[in-house]
Order: sequence, then structure tokens, then C-alpha cells
Amino acid sequence: MERIDVKGLSCPQPAFDTKKMLDKLGKGELEVLTDSGTARDNIVRLAKKNGWEAEIAEENGDILIKLKK
Amino acid sequence: MTLLKNFFGSKKGMIITGLVIGIFAALLQKLGNPANMGICVACMERDIAGALGFHRAEVVQYIRPEIIGFVLGSLIAALLFREFKSRGGSAPVVRFMLGFFAMVGALVFLGCPWRALLRLAGGDLNAILGIAGLAVGVGIGVGFIKSGYSLGANKKTFGFAGWILPIIMIALLILLLVFQGRDLEGRSLAPFFSKTGPGSMRAPILISLAIALVVGFLAQRSRFCTMGAVRDVILMKDMHLMIGVIALVIGAFATNLIFSQFKLGFDGQPISHTNHLWNFGGMLLSGLAFALAGGCPGRQLFLSGEGDGDAAIFVFGMIVGAGFAHNFGAASSGTGVGPWGPGSVIVGIIFCLIIGLTMRSKA
Repeated sequence: MERIDVKGLSCPQPAFDTKKMLDKLGKGELEVLTDSGTARDNIVRLAKKNGWEAEIAEENGDILIKLKK
Repeated sequence: MTLLKNFFGSKKGMIITGLVIGIFAALLQKLGNPANMGICVACMERDIAGALGFHRAEVVQYIRPEIIGFVLGSLIAALLFREFKSRGGSAPVVRFMLGFFAMVGALVFLGCPWRALLRLAGGDLNAILGIAGLAVGVGIGVGFIKSGYSLGANKKTFGFAGWILPIIMIALLILLLVFQGRDLEGRSLAPFFSKTGPGSMRAPILISLAIALVVGFLAQRSRFCTMGAVRDVILMKDMHLMIGVIALVIGAFATNLIFSQFKLGFDGQPISHTNHLWNFGGMLLSGLAFALAGGCPGRQLFLSGEGDGDAAIFVFGMIVGAGFAHNFGAASSGTGVGPWGPGSVIVGIIFCLIIGLTMRSKA
């Protein structure tokens, strides 16, 4: 499964990097690791808009977003 | 709590944030703040710079409680929703200078993006040039972002580091409450408070503070950002933040109509000049600097309230930039552009272009 780490990056990089990855994958699964509530909100909104399902989990105090299509 | 969390992240939450900011900003004007300047992050930080003696423009010196409230409101929201995290170390000196030049650009136009929107909502058509400049500046920034521009990741740091800006804001609040905005006769030590001009026009301290706390709280929750609104439309065709911006303008416009604060035209607008080129150019610089730094000046305050030390450094850069802009005659006034305004904007744009072209992620 593909995974990207966008921890600590300023807006809009977390969402933008995720979008690039989603576009590249087309469908499948992607995990995105972030430490920011703003990035989480942006990524989930973006993914849902593009038809991906989003699930939030925690990993070592960070936010793990699991995306599926 | 989860319900509340989801609500503020929703479209409705964003609309409410925009409306609250617009309505309260116009109300603050009614209650004493300068016209079309109920809330202006750049102008208000500039007033604080003046109150602390960092510039000598006696008409724009006051410790604006709104700035204090934005940071503390965001701090409260971040603590409540467990989003307060001390972090920093993402190209701090670059962010300082981006803040510096963002302020220079804003003072050439006479307002941050928030005030540009409020000016538009008050009928000041010069704001259109500013907003156009902002959009072009953000557009250039988006070009850099698309081609790999990045200031790099921040890192978690020691807890106290994230508290520094909030504590400074509390110190400013104490200073304000002790002196109550009164400039004692013959006082040669800071804080200085304007006796005339925009700096002397103030809504009551506690009302300003209360409104700003609410705005800070809502903006932290909804992630409201004026620069981000433009950026996300260009970069990802995402209207989420833009809806908040539109709500702000509608809220302020309606409130202005109710209080008879709406006046349409280019000429004779409050704290505004009609130099179209530099209204455009000033805001282009600001938009570019905000895009490269990842947030408008309001957003930088809210991030600072969440413990983001890099955003705090951007804020310091803006305050120092205000000092320079006024001391060196780069800031505009109601009579027109300052002697060093255009030159400073050009230098700022060159600086931002170098940053955009050279700061790249390895990937």
C-alpha cells in the first residue's frame, strides 16, 4: 500500500501532495500521515470530493488517514 | 465535542465564520474603529508596532485588542479541541522576511486581505485593484507550489516555545489595560497612543477583545484563510475557503447598509488612495508572500495561537516590516503612495521570486 508522510508541512502542501498521489493512483488505497488537524480536514474533504472513502486512525500520536477507492 | 468539531469543518461552519467576521468588523467600525477597518490584521499590527515605538507615525499608534483576541481565541479553541502543539523550525528567517515584505505590500495598498474585503463591502472600489493584485500574487505563488516550492517541514518542539506569542499577547493586554489607551502628557516612554488619526479611533477595549476572541475561536476551528481561499480555487478548484470569504463580504456589506456606512466610489474613500498601479502592486507582493508562507496574516495569528512558532515569526516579521515601512516612507497614506513605496514593493517582489525559485523540496 502506498503511504505518504506530510507531517509538519505548511498549507497547501499536505492536501496538494495527497491530490497528486490520488491522481497518480486513480484507485486503490493510500495512507497519509499528518500531525495537523487542518491538514486532516483538508485532505479528507479533498478525497471525498474525488470519490475516495476516508477513515481516520491514530499512529504514535499522529493522524493516519486511510483513503480507499 | 465531535459533533461540534465536524460542524466547524463543514460548509455551514465556514459560512458562519465568514458572516461573523464581516458583521462584527462592520459593527466595530460603528463602535469606533476606523472606517472600513473594523478588522485589519496588517493595520492593527502596524498600530501595535507604533504603540511600542517601532515607528514614529503618531497617527497610527495603539495596542489593538483585536490582535490579542485573535491569538488568544485561537489558543482557547486549540486547547479545548486538543490541537495545541508547539512546533517550529521550518525556514524561520525566510518566514520572517516574508512577513516583513507582506506588511510592506499591505501598507502600500493600505490593508491586509481582510481589509481589502471590508473596503469592498464599504463601497471602496480601489479595493478591486488590491484584490486583483492579491489574486495575481497568489497565482504566482501557486505556480511555485506546483513546481515543487516548499519551506520544509516543521518539527515538534518543547512545549513552552509554542506559548511565547500567546504570552506576549497577554503582556500587551496588560499594558493596554494599565494605560487604557491614554497617552499621558509628555510621556517619553512606550506605549504610545495616537491622539488623532486612525490610531485614535477605537471601539471599546472589552468589546473589541470579546469579538476578537470569538473570531479567533471560530477561525481556528474552521481554518478560515483569505489567501488560502484564492489559492485553493486556483490550485485545486476547491471553493471551501472561498465560501467563507464571500460570506465575510456579504455580512459586512449588509451591516454597512444598516449602519449607513456604505459609500460607493474611488475618490474620497477612508484611509485609501487612488493610485491603481500601486494598489495592485502592493497587494501582489502581499499575496505572493502570504502564498509562500502558507497563510494570510489572520491565519498566521491563528496558527500562532495553536503553538506554531514559524507563524509567530511571520507575525514578528510583519511588525518589524511595519516599523520599516513607516520609518522609511514606504507606507502609503490617504494622500497617496509614500516616496519609497514603489521601490520597496519591487525589492519585495524580487525577494519573493528568489525564495520561490530557490526553496525546493528534494523530491
